[in-house]
Amino acid sequence: MTAFIIRRLLQAALVVFLMSVIVFFGVNVIGDPVDMLISPDADQAEIARTIQALGLDRPIGEQYLHFLKGVATGDFGKSFIFGEPALKLILHHMPATVELALVSLLMAILLGIPLGLYAGLYPDRKVSKGIIAGSILGFSLPTFWVGLMLIMLFAVVLGWLPSTGRGDTAVFLGIESSLWTRDGLSHLFLPALNLALTNISLVIRLTRAGVREAMHQDYIKFARAKGLSESRVVSVHLMKNILIPIVTVLGLEFGGLLAFSVVTESIFAWPGMGKLLIDSLLQLDRPVVVAYLMIIVLFFVVINLVVDILYSVLDPRVRLKDQGA
Amino acid sequence: MTILAVDSLKTHFFTRAGVVRAVDGVSFSLGQGEVMGLVGESGSGKSVTGFSILGLVDPPGRVVEGSMLFHGEDLVTMPTREIRALRGSRIAMIFQDPMMTLNPVLRIDTQMIEAILAHEKVSRKEALKRACDGLAQVGIPSPEQRLRNYPHQLSGGMRQRVAIAIAFLNNPDLVIADEPTTALDVTIQAQIVHVAQNLCRERGTALIWITHDLAVVAGLADHIAVMYAGRVVEAGQTDDVIDRPRHPYTVGLLGSVPSANRRGQRLTQIPGMTPNMLSLPEGCAFRDRCTHNDERCKESPEITTDSGGHAIRCFHPQYEKAPA
Repeated sequence: MTAFIIRRLLQAALVVFLMSVIVFFGVNVIGDPVDMLISPDADQAEIARTIQALGLDRPIGEQYLHFLKGVATGDFGKSFIFGEPALKLILHHMPATVELALVSLLMAILLGIPLGLYAGLYPDRKVSKGIIAGSILGFSLPTFWVGLMLIMLFAVVLGWLPSTGRGDTAVFLGIESSLWTRDGLSHLFLPALNLALTNISLVIRLTRAGVREAMHQDYIKFARAKGLSESRVVSVHLMKNILIPIVTVLGLEFGGLLAFSVVTESIFAWPGMGKLLIDSLLQLDRPVVVAYLMIIVLFFVVINLVVDILYSVLDPRVRLKDQGA
Repeated sequence: MTILAVDSLKTHFFTRAGVVRAVDGVSFSLGQGEVMGLVGESGSGKSVTGFSILGLVDPPGRVVEGSMLFHGEDLVTMPTREIRALRGSRIAMIFQDPMMTLNPVLRIDTQMIEAILAHEKVSRKEALKRACDGLAQVGIPSPEQRLRNYPHQLSGGMRQRVAIAIAFLNNPDLVIADEPTTALDVTIQAQIVHVAQNLCRERGTALIWITHDLAVVAGLADHIAVMYAGRVVEAGQTDDVIDRPRHPYTVGLLGSVPSANRRGQRLTQIPGMTPNMLSLPEGCAFRDRCTHNDERCKESPEITTDSGGHAIRCFHPQYEKAPA
């Protein structure tokens, strides 16, 4: 297993490196950040000075090597716009996104699994059919529209919850987060729900399909024939078997939540990484974009690794081993 | 002493295509420590009979008529909670495919201990000890280690032994074995039959052995019930049924089994196919495949029992009994 993890980390390093190359040169192709940075009435000398200060006067290959040297020492370069280190900028925005992603993942699990279980165990009831119809809506309605509707309903019409911003934060266990305050939680609820909606639907459908399939397996009937209570049959014999696909999908989705909650963050003016990425892209702030995507790749690799390890915990038939490169 | 008396049990499945009368008036009784062979083709209702006794018939099926007295109490009308208490403690079941019956993601010890703890308040340690003894009794070497294995680490025969050990954990009065040897190699089959037979003898456990293999029950059962299309068509002492079958269907079944007594002769076969349970012929269900089919068979024959307890459901009994 150690060999497995080491190998996976080496592969991760390679992927991160390739990502940096693609993004670094890709952003360069899109446009010239100097046009965005300098006021139109600046004179030629000033433009030249700025270009030199940003290091954009050198050949692109050299710029990249310079960047790599920096990365080796933990320096991802300075943001063209803010003049601050890109990494610091990203880390500053990260907690907001992480808390949003975590809460929405939690919602997907806590709502999706019970609803899916119910729909799977009692497929003929009206409620179950309602749950399934709801999950289809959750899938197909676009996030931005649902977000607007949520704001409309809960913030404008009912006035129960705030519509924008992160709210108060507090420090607990050394982590500053809006999870620890009432105001923070009330700000968190709507964007998290908006982000979670697709995943809740996904988990409902996965759980239901798993239940429907597993319920007719002999091992469930055998468990009943042993005289076990229905709750033990469902919570142990059934759940442990259907969790595997759910964990896989949720792992991948969690990566997606962290990296690409752009739409939700924009609608709810949530000061997270997604918003930072979109702003940086629009302003061709290359150091931030490159650093951001490298970090996201790292996230994905780590999440996948965790999912693989969880597999072997959930399913004894899975043994972690190298399947070659 | 009779421990189970099933009387005109009917279990029907209400499917979209129509009502399937999987079990349509089955009666039999079983004394303490007796072994009954329930024989029939696939789809004859023998497994559904077994599941009906345990109250484990999946929807859209349900028991619609009849009674099943277990120690005098009717399982048909018994509340779910009480049936659950009987399952695995007084009545246990062994399934057909050992590859599928054990939960693949739970260790053997978990699956054995929970079967004990569901019915008795004992410590985990005590339960583990009993699980270990149980494995030893079905002939599993180094049971302590096997307890910590997952099902996929055991062979098919080994898994069926574990399933048998689980069935006998709480010393049931009745074990229902639903084709427990069908999925196994022939050599393993004999071992499994032997293990189950010994446990029943030692503990005085009654056994219902469901199978399509007459050869297996011939050496195992005290009496046999042959099922066809949801009904018992012939029942009696094992020797009577095997040596002097009276129903044309049983005759056909026995004729299709190779035997040392009939070396060199052709095996007979029963013409036609297993009936479609949705469209059974009027009268005798076996009529279409029977060489003795005539006008009378358009009526449904009643079951008739002779003085020796040999019962058949046919207007044309074969093998006239030798005068007593």
